[in-house]
Amino acid sequence: MALLEVRDLHVHYGAVHALQGISLDVEEGQIVTLIGSNGAGKSTTLRAISGLVRPSSGSIKFAGRHLEGVKAHEIVRMGIAQSPEGRGVFANLTVDDNLEIGAYTRTDRAGVLSDKERVLDLFPRLRERLRQLSGTLSGGEQQMLAIARALLARPKLLLLDEPSLGLAPQIVQTIFAIIRDINKQGTTILLIEQNAHMALGAAHMGYVIEVGQIVLHDEARVLAASDEVRKAYLGVG
Amino acid sequence: MTKLLQASMDGVAVGSLYALIALGYTMVYGILKFINFAHSDVFMLGAWFSFAICGFLGYTTADHPVYAALVALIGSMAMCGALGFTIERLAYRPLRGAPRINVLITAIGVSLLLENVGQLNSNKFLAEYGIKFPFGTRPTSVPLLLPDQPLLSFALDSAHPNTLVNVLPVDVLVIGVAFTLMALLQYLVFGTSLGRAMRAVSYDAKTASLMGIDVDRVVSITFVIGSALAAAAGFLYGQKLQSLRQSADGLWVLLGLKAFVAAVVGGVGNVRGAMAGGLMIGLVEQFGAAYLSTNLRDLYVFSLLIVVLLFKPEGLLGKAVVEKV
Ligand SMILES: Nc1ncnc2c1ncn2[C@@H]1O[C@H](COP(=O)(O)OP(=O)(O)OP(=O)(O)O)[C@@H](O)[C@H]1O
Ligand SMILES: [Mg+2]
Repeated sequence: MALLEVRDLHVHYGAVHALQGISLDVEEGQIVTLIGSNGAGKSTTLRAISGLVRPSSGSIKFAGRHLEGVKAHEIVRMGIAQSPEGRGVFANLTVDDNLEIGAYTRTDRAGVLSDKERVLDLFPRLRERLRQLSGTLSGGEQQMLAIARALLARPKLLLLDEPSLGLAPQIVQTIFAIIRDINKQGTTILLIEQNAHMALGAAHMGYVIEVGQIVLHDEARVLAASDEVRKAYLGVG
Repeated sequence: MTKLLQASMDGVAVGSLYALIALGYTMVYGILKFINFAHSDVFMLGAWFSFAICGFLGYTTADHPVYAALVALIGSMAMCGALGFTIERLAYRPLRGAPRINVLITAIGVSLLLENVGQLNSNKFLAEYGIKFPFGTRPTSVPLLLPDQPLLSFALDSAHPNTLVNVLPVDVLVIGVAFTLMALLQYLVFGTSLGRAMRAVSYDAKTASLMGIDVDRVVSITFVIGSALAAAAGFLYGQKLQSLRQSADGLWVLLGLKAFVAAVVGGVGNVRGAMAGGLMIGLVEQFGAAYLSTNLRDLYVFSLLIVVLLFKPEGLLGKAVVEKV
C-alpha cells in the first residue's frame, strides 16, 4: 500500500472542472514528481491533498486514512506539510518566526531546536537573516525559507509546489540537491515542477498531467527518455 | 502648569480607554479584514454588565468589599468575552468567504440587536417567563467601588494655592488597569506561540492553515480577547463617570467611533498602533477641551483623523501594504 493514494479525484472551482479524475500513488521513501503545463491542475492536486479545496468526488488516502473532509490544519498534524506555490512566507514575521510557525503543531521543543539547526545548516543564508523580516528576503531566500519552514513540521510527506520557480540556475541546483538530501533522510516527497528536466532527474516516479487528467506515468527515467515527454516538456526534438 | 498636568492626566486616562476599545477593532480587522460595527455595543454592554454585577452582588458606593472592583472588572470581561465568542460563532462565521458587504451589514444588524436588547426592561411577554433585563431605557448611576478621596492633591503654582491638581483613585485604576491589560496583550501577541499564530493568520489565513494552525480557533480567541478588553474599558468608563446612558444612546456609538478613529490613526490592524492612537486621541481631545473649547472636543478628534489620512493614510504605525512577491 502506498503512503499516499489518490483515486479518481475531481475538483471544481465553480464552473471550472480543474481536476477530471486524477489517480496517483506516492510510495513511502520516494520522490514522485507531477509535471505539466500552466493551468493543468498541479497546484489544485496539492491543494486538495492539503485540504484547502474540497474535492467534488474521488478519494485521497494517507497512511490508510481518508483525507476528504479533514480540515487543513488537521492534515498537517497527520504528517503532510506543504510549501505552497508562490512560497507564502509570512512577510510580517521574522525568518525565525516563520520557522517556528512551521513547527507550530509540535510539542517536542528539543526536537524542534535540533531540526531548526539542521535546516539552517542546509540553508546557511537563512541563519544570517534569522532576525530579519522575511518580506525583505530575496525571492530565492524566500523559497528556501518556505521549504525550511515545511521541513520543520517534520512531515512524513512533503508537498513542494514549484520550488525552483524564478530562481537562478545555481540556486535551482542547490535546491534540488537539498530535496534529494531530505529524501535520503527519510522524507517522502511529492514534487511539482515546470522544470521537468530537473524534476525527472531527481524523482523515482513521474506523472504527467494535462488539463486535469493524468496522461502518462512511469518511472522518472523512463519518462525522461520518452519521446512525448521530451517533445512537450523537455523542449527536445 | 496645573492645567497642563491635569489635561495630560485626563488625556492619558481617556486615551487608554479609547486604546482598549481600539484594540478590539484593530485585532478583528487584522484577522478578518472587516470592521466589526458591533464592537462599540460590546463596550456598552461591558459597562452595563459591570453595573449589573454590582447590583447582583449588592455592591453600593457606601458598602462594598475591597476586591469589588476586581470582581466587577473580571466578571464583565468574562461576560463580554462569551458574548464576543457567540457573536462571531452565530453571526460572522457562517459568512466566512461571503462578500465583505454581507458581513458589514450583518455587523450593523448585530449592533442594533445589542442596543435594543439592552433597552428591554419589563417586556410583558418575557416577564411571564421570569426574564427581566436589568438595564432599562433611562440613564443609571453607577456605584463607585473605590474611595473618592484624592490620593494626592497639591498646588503647583504658588500664586494660586487654591488651584489643586487632584489624583483620584479612579484615575489610578483606569490608567493602571488599561496599561496592565495592554502590556499583557503586547506579550501575548509578540511573545507567545499563540500570538505568532495570530500574526500569521492576519497575514495569510490559508497559508497559516497549512502550518497546522486552526484558523477558526484563532478567530474565536481574537473575538474573545477584543470583547474582554472592550468590557474592561466599559467598566472603567462607568467608574470614571459614575453614570451610564441607556444602551441605545448615541453617545455609545460616538465613543466607539472615536476608538475606531484611534485604530485608524494608529494604523488599522496594528496592535501597537491602536494603543498609540488611543492615547493620542485622548490627549488631543483633553488638551483641546482644556485650552480651546470643551464644546468642540469631537472636532479635534475627527480633525486629527483627517490630517493623518491626508499625510499618512496607512496610519502612524501602519506600513504601506507590502506586496507579496
Ligand atoms: N480559485 C480558482 N478559481 C477558479 N479557477 C481556478 C482557481 N484556481 C485554479 N483555477 C483553474 O483551475 C485550473 C488548474 O489550476 P492550477 O492552479 O491547479 O494549475 P497549475 O497546474 O498549478 O498551473 P501553474 O503551472 O500555472 O501553477 C486552471 O485552469 C485555473 O485557471
Ligand atoms: Mg500551480
